[in-house]
Amino acid sequence: MQPVGGVVPLRVDIAEKIFRSAQGVSIKALQDLSFEVRQGEFACLLGPSGCGKTTTLRILLGLDKDFSGSFQLPEGGSDRIAAVFQEPVLLPWRTVEQNVRLALPKSLRTKNLDGLFDTLGLAGMRALYPAELSLGLARRAALARAFATEPAVLFLDEPFASLDERTAERLRHLLLTVWSARPTTALMVTHNLREALMLSDRIIVLAQRPAHVLGMFDVRLPRHYRNSQVMSDLLRSFQQKFPGVA
Amino acid sequence: MSAPDTGDRPPGAAAGMSSQAGLAAALTPVLTVAASLLGLGLLWGLAANAWPSRAFPGPGMVWQVLLAEAANGELFYHLGATLGRVAAAYVVAMVVGSVIGVLLGSHRSADRFFAPWVVLFLNIPALVVIVLAYIWFGLNEAAAIGAVAVNKIPNVVVTMREGARALDPSYAEMAAVYRFGLLDRARHVLLPQLQPYLAAASRSGIALIWKIVLVVELLGRSNGVGFQIYLYFQLFDVAAILAYTLAFVAVMLVIELFLVQPVERHATRWRRRPA
Ligand SMILES: Nc1ncnc2c1ncn2[C@@H]1O[C@H](COP(=O)(O)OP(=O)(O)O)[C@@H](O)[C@H]1O
Ligand SMILES: [Mg+2]
Repeated sequence: MQPVGGVVPLRVDIAEKIFRSAQGVSIKALQDLSFEVRQGEFACLLGPSGCGKTTTLRILLGLDKDFSGSFQLPEGGSDRIAAVFQEPVLLPWRTVEQNVRLALPKSLRTKNLDGLFDTLGLAGMRALYPAELSLGLARRAALARAFATEPAVLFLDEPFASLDERTAERLRHLLLTVWSARPTTALMVTHNLREALMLSDRIIVLAQRPAHVLGMFDVRLPRHYRNSQVMSDLLRSFQQKFPGVA
Repeated sequence: MSAPDTGDRPPGAAAGMSSQAGLAAALTPVLTVAASLLGLGLLWGLAANAWPSRAFPGPGMVWQVLLAEAANGELFYHLGATLGRVAAAYVVAMVVGSVIGVLLGSHRSADRFFAPWVVLFLNIPALVVIVLAYIWFGLNEAAAIGAVAVNKIPNVVVTMREGARALDPSYAEMAAVYRFGLLDRARHVLLPQLQPYLAAASRSGIALIWKIVLVVELLGRSNGVGFQIYLYFQLFDVAAILAYTLAFVAVMLVIELFLVQPVERHATRWRRRPA
């Protein structure tokens, strides 16, 4: 299937991002962070905890404008962005379906979501409130919301952290299924190397704080060839290229 | 339980017993309230009998005045006038107070500057505001309602400022990323988070407002429960004063029971089904 989501890549060129606390202590979170994600590509931002991954996504989502540098989001098709946050961030007072529909532009509000809900195993949960969902189901609902908007670019911030490994693995497969149906330019933050190797076309490896790019690791192999044998090969060659990372 | 026929009791009987117990448990609070009020009425009747005086009529007499006032329509006319003022002042106070409160709660520097104003207005006696309003704006309906609202607004501001401080920024950020419109943000993100604070401000609001409305009516209106109480005060008719007071308290309780509580239950329905 043709990748959708624009002809312009996601281009990031952040010179510096500094947090200043009220006490006057300043933390440099990002320095000379630049990379590109090609159109229709699934990229992972891999780096240790606290290195500045969430900070980077917040800048790209337009939630933090206090930084020096620039970035360019993919254009064409839709100009919308979607995000799956570190927490599901569903409105507790709206049902699963209302949560998804509220995120849609007015023109798509009434669109048929049966397929998406079915794929994600949420068909029977549309009328439930978020408090009635397990964390795994809430994260599926957050994925549904993101994909329903048919965005030009999708950002994910450790969407499978704090889940048990079995649930996380199921959700990774579900993510691949919905993403493959409409390959959107995607940037996912993770500190889990195995997860990055399984999901991405390319891994952007970040250094300790202040975050900057250590290097790229391309995974050209189609995802359905990545069985456990191949995965351990990938892991080995990754560790050869980036000794000491993860 | 020692009855000889327990052995051939039909199997449904146990379940029937437990549902009866459930009904009794549900009725107990209602019965308690009824018994408590009845006790108060009884005590009142006994006291009025012990010290018979025009200044201390018994419940029977008050009831008769109430029926007479209801029959000639006076009661409903004055109740209606007061209720209208309560509603108008309530709406004005809630809207203005909420807007100011949310603005102060979400802008730190504005809050630091205006906080002393809020404290000042919180401590101005209701009577002073009412007198000044009548002097500056005349003895008219707008001055009356405005004076009541001004008395209530600082309380609403304080409560809603707390509510705005407790807003979870992650919902606003989600709404920004997914480009929620202004209306959707207010309806689906802001108001549900503020709902408990709105409910708290409402509750204390209605209780305070109707008491102040009576004073406003006493000082400068020619109808309403407050005006009637003043009239009967000059006639030294305590039975009529109590009749109007009890009628109005009853109306406010009915509003609380059949309007405020159902609305609140509806607004918090998503809370009741935990995972
Ligand atoms: N609002 C903030 N104020 C001050 N420091 C912050 C803030 N947000 C993040 N930081 C700091 O910036 C660094 C990077 O944080 P973050 O981007 O959340 O890391 P991660 O890679 O784990 O997502 C951390 O050291 C964190 O303490
Ligand atoms: Mg993070």
